[in-house]
Amino acid sequence: MINYIVKRIGIAIPTLLVLIAVSFYLMHAAPGGPFTSERPLPPQVLANIEAKYGLDQPIWRQMFSYLWGVLTEFDFGPSYKYHDRSVNEIIAQGFPITLKYGFWSFIVAVGVGIPLGAIAAIRKNTWIDYLAVGVSIGAQVLPNFVMAPLLIIVFTLWLDWLPGGGWNGGSWQYLIMPVIALSTSYMASIARITRSSMLEVLNTNYIRTAKSKGLPTKIIFFRHVLKPSLLPVISYLGPAFVGLITGSVIIDMYFSTGGMGYFFVNSAFNRDYSVMMGITIVVGGLTILFSLIADLLYAWVDPKIRY
Amino acid sequence: MIAINKNKIKEMADNLSESGTGRSLWKDARIRFMQNKAATLSLFILAAIVLFSFIGPYFAVWSYEKIDWNAMGSAARVGMPSIESGHFFGTDDLGRDLYSRVIQGTQISLMVGFLGATVAVFVGTLYGATSGYLGGKTDQIMMRIVDILMSIPYMFVLILLLVVFGRSIGMLFIGIGLLSWLDMSRIVRGQTLNLKNKEFIEAARVTGVSDFKIITRHIVPNLLGIVAVYATLLVPGIILAESFISFLGLGVQEPSTSWGALIKEGAGTIRYDTEWQLLFPLAFFVVSLFCFYFIGDGLRDALDPKDR
Repeated sequence: MINYIVKRIGIAIPTLLVLIAVSFYLMHAAPGGPFTSERPLPPQVLANIEAKYGLDQPIWRQMFSYLWGVLTEFDFGPSYKYHDRSVNEIIAQGFPITLKYGFWSFIVAVGVGIPLGAIAAIRKNTWIDYLAVGVSIGAQVLPNFVMAPLLIIVFTLWLDWLPGGGWNGGSWQYLIMPVIALSTSYMASIARITRSSMLEVLNTNYIRTAKSKGLPTKIIFFRHVLKPSLLPVISYLGPAFVGLITGSVIIDMYFSTGGMGYFFVNSAFNRDYSVMMGITIVVGGLTILFSLIADLLYAWVDPKIRY
Repeated sequence: MIAINKNKIKEMADNLSESGTGRSLWKDARIRFMQNKAATLSLFILAAIVLFSFIGPYFAVWSYEKIDWNAMGSAARVGMPSIESGHFFGTDDLGRDLYSRVIQGTQISLMVGFLGATVAVFVGTLYGATSGYLGGKTDQIMMRIVDILMSIPYMFVLILLLVVFGRSIGMLFIGIGLLSWLDMSRIVRGQTLNLKNKEFIEAARVTGVSDFKIITRHIVPNLLGIVAVYATLLVPGIILAESFISFLGLGVQEPSTSWGALIKEGAGTIRYDTEWQLLFPLAFFVVSLFCFYFIGDGLRDALDPKDR
């Protein structure tokens, strides 16, 4: 097990370095520096600004000092647009918000998706099954950027039950619609994956043996069916996490929740490269960490994996 | 005795020749696909949508760039869908004809979907087949690279690319295509590992065919079934990604448009009683995606040998 963990971390670290290098390179390959504007600055001023941000150094030098700052002090440097704020401050403001609704969306997606899929598999070809399959296909073609406006129309404009946006410290009224919009399609995917893998497990010989020797249904389900049928779900958790993080861009745009996605899109329009890069690296680091956890979980659950 | 045997032999020969001329893999798959009603229906609907996006402009009264000054700014009162005014799907807030805009958006979204999938299929198949066929250290390194790329948050990098290299459709579909070949390469590699120890590959190797030729002439053609299935499932994924980007305003730029951009516009003006601006593009988007998923599932059932 320890070997496997070491090997897996051995992949995670170069991944992070590649991500940092690629985004750094992209940022510098961009035509025009961050301070080119329609009214050109006097060359002396420009040189001063560039010296302040270290842009007059050779590129490999800049890259190493950036890398050093990120790895040792989690310092992502200053923002190019908001002169009084560093990238760290911006991330510290947006990140807890994204984390909060992202966490709840994840709980909802897993907590509703798995039982839904399991019930559909056990009651195959009944109305529950058809309902679950119907919901999961429907949710796949209604991605979060379609769900968000539809939810606002129904719950804010027509019913007037929930506020149409804002965060307000994350109280539950402001949390419901973002969580629903973000989690629905992942809930549906998890339900579908659970259903099909559980159907496969239910048809195996050892389940038939368990049934024929007279084990109670409850024990068969919890001891023999559940664990193997959750394996594909676990391997889906990594991509689902990436999707949730990506979806936060839409959520922040639509519900004005003020999370990381808001700053990311804003900086994309402002060409504020250092903020974009900082957020990409943080999100990438989280993704890598999460897929590491998912892989270790998988290895722990699946007895077939040898280290 | 002999006569009976002769009859039997003749019967057997008939059977043999029948199965000889009988159903190839593809014909078999076609029959199985046709038996799947949802998939067949989806194929027809999708064909109708594609056809509509090419024939539709001939019936349009307004072109997509012409502004109806009557409807401009008062779309809620004047710009509703009607046959008389020539705006079959209504107008948007700028007075542009939504019927023509939806056709334009359909063309662009489908084009991005197909071109992106083509790039992904091409790169992914070659990469996966090469990696699987060569094996050993090369395979390990190539698959590590895929692992590394896979755990990078794709949408964020794509947005970074679009910001750095400018927003254009070309950049968009190159970006999407280059980032979505990863799954394909994994699947193809797995299949190649199964194939590469078959006799016909060994025979080719013994007769001195080069590695590149073996991959392109003998391995890739045998992978077409599984590639076709995943390509069909890839197209809606890419359309979703494109719509996501366009919805953010970073994808397809005015005066061009796409489903994502149209949905964004429609969703933005929904509170002014102009729901057709959302509903028409949304309907096209949702129905097409449904069709792609059903066709993909149908193809998978038809071509998957596990299910026979």
